Amino acid sequence: MSLQAQIRATVGSFDLDVDLTIAPGELVALLGPNGAGKTSVLRALAGLLPIDAGHIALDGLVLDEPAIAIRLPVEQRPIGMVFQDYLLFPHLSVLENVAFGLRSRGVGRAAATARALSWLDRVGLGPEANRKPGSLSGGQAQRVALVRALATDPALLLLDEPMAALDVSTRVELRRELRQHLESFRGVRLLVTHDPVEAMAMADRLIVLEQGRVLQTGSPAEVTQRPRSRYVADLVGVNLFRGTARHDVITISGGGSLTAVGVTDGDVFAVVHPRTVALYRARPDGTPRNVWKGRATDIDLQGDRVRVRLQGLPSIVAEVTPAAVRELGLDRGDQVWIGVKATEVIVYAA
Amino acid sequence: MASTFWPEMALPPPDRRGPAAAPVPFLILAGAGVAFFVLPLLGLLVRTPWGSARELLTSSEALTALRLSLIASLSATAIALLLGVPLAWIYARVAFPGRAICRALTVLPMVLPPVVGGVALLLAFGRGGLLGGWLADVFGIHLPFTTAGAILAETFVAMPFLVITVEAGLRSMDTRFEDAARTLGARRWTVLWRVTLPLVRPSLVAGAILCWARALGEFGATITFAGNFPGRTQTMPLAVYLALETSPESAIVLSLVLLVVSLAVLVGLRDRWLGAS
Repeated sequence: MSLQAQIRATVGSFDLDVDLTIAPGELVALLGPNGAGKTSVLRALAGLLPIDAGHIALDGLVLDEPAIAIRLPVEQRPIGMVFQDYLLFPHLSVLENVAFGLRSRGVGRAAATARALSWLDRVGLGPEANRKPGSLSGGQAQRVALVRALATDPALLLLDEPMAALDVSTRVELRRELRQHLESFRGVRLLVTHDPVEAMAMADRLIVLEQGRVLQTGSPAEVTQRPRSRYVADLVGVNLFRGTARHDVITISGGGSLTAVGVTDGDVFAVVHPRTVALYRARPDGTPRNVWKGRATDIDLQGDRVRVRLQGLPSIVAEVTPAAVRELGLDRGDQVWIGVKATEVIVYAA
Repeated sequence: MASTFWPEMALPPPDRRGPAAAPVPFLILAGAGVAFFVLPLLGLLVRTPWGSARELLTSSEALTALRLSLIASLSATAIALLLGVPLAWIYARVAFPGRAICRALTVLPMVLPPVVGGVALLLAFGRGGLLGGWLADVFGIHLPFTTAGAILAETFVAMPFLVITVEAGLRSMDTRFEDAARTLGARRWTVLWRVTLPLVRPSLVAGAILCWARALGEFGATITFAGNFPGRTQTMPLAVYLALETSPESAIVLSLVLLVVSLAVLVGLRDRWLGAS
């Protein structure tokens, strides 16, 4: 089973323009800041948000294609969706919630009840079958929402921020559990999250979304090592620059330049880890390195390190020891020299 | 406007200041205001002939009026539910040109003098009315001065209470529950019956009770459109008004019954109206 989607839609004030391909058995996380359009993508796939152009096909079955006037109603799509706050029907018991999809799809009462019960048993919630959702813990509600979505045997499972409604203290434990439950599902799985840790812990592949556009896609390792967006760079905590490389010198689009080693000419991204940025009171000499002047605009103690935000050409974040800050006598607003070794500038094609 | 009308009746808790904080003229005027509401009720209780109350209530005229009132008001509530719930759903969920005007017209009977409503009903369903002649000729249905007419008059006046209460409930409901039901394969009708209506049940119940209470007390439109025939169109309020001339004691007892019903409604809806205090 695989998903192919080209989604073009207008949502409020911004345009959604997202291409997705998900291979059979793959668990993909859609990662992005709030308001990036992640939930809108899920709603479009579910048919809750009409698309203006493009197409959505699941395993060859066309769900949406405005150009040829195909639009399968929500209730006819082979999908299961876990909503952000689960949306368990408060007036129905846990069992009735899980049986709801089967009953709606024409399964008889007795058979639907039996199947719903076996699903609840599978996630250890058989004893809670007759309770009302309002009395469940967050983790239990999440499992009910999951089996409610799985009970109809969907080809595509959509999860919208499944961990967001849970206590931080139980999140790690429940994330592992959810991952296990998801592993036994054979269909296409798409998870939406704004939490990079969750995305990396759960997904085989990440799709980074910002302002309705896909910025990057790849394995968690690829995305974090070679970020292609300010959002991911900030999440990972590295400095990201974009510019044009020529003879190992990268001219940065925001101003300034960086020298690196063995760079192919062209449009590139450059990453500098804050730990490799050195600060000096006086201009350092010797060694082939990048040296420029900057003004400290922000000094932030984080654990045993100090993050110093520096304004210059280019602006950069340095991470130094508290001792170094004392030695430099560094204060907000001070001018300092910034040094980065050419070998510490990681460059890849844009 | 109407959509937020009822939920706002749940009051926030008052400031906990002592009575000393109130200006003296305010205390006096407020006291007069309370007395103004309490005295008439007190009068009713004091003048109630408790000894013969049972007898008066079970007199055939009183029982006839009581029975007719129950039948008419419950029928009116049933019709209001049948027509009003779909109407409320459409006002809450479907944007169509002229919706604001339609809603205003639906709510109009709440502020319209009931007598005017009765006259208007006569002009529509009376013998010479817009529809009345046709109804009489084709179906042989005569509405004015019949029990059906009394029911119609009560529905006309009471249905707006149901419509705006249910509409407010539908508007404040989280419609993503309906989305969830659809992703589970539920068709529109299933969504409506198994998700939407159960979720707005408190509003449905409150709306139906308000509607029923209003129908039970209806006087002006009923007497104008349906007349005052014992056993046919003479509901309790009409019987009370008439008995005031002939047998004031039974008027008082019947009034007391209506008062008790009103109090019961108030108590039943207290969470909605007065906050859970």
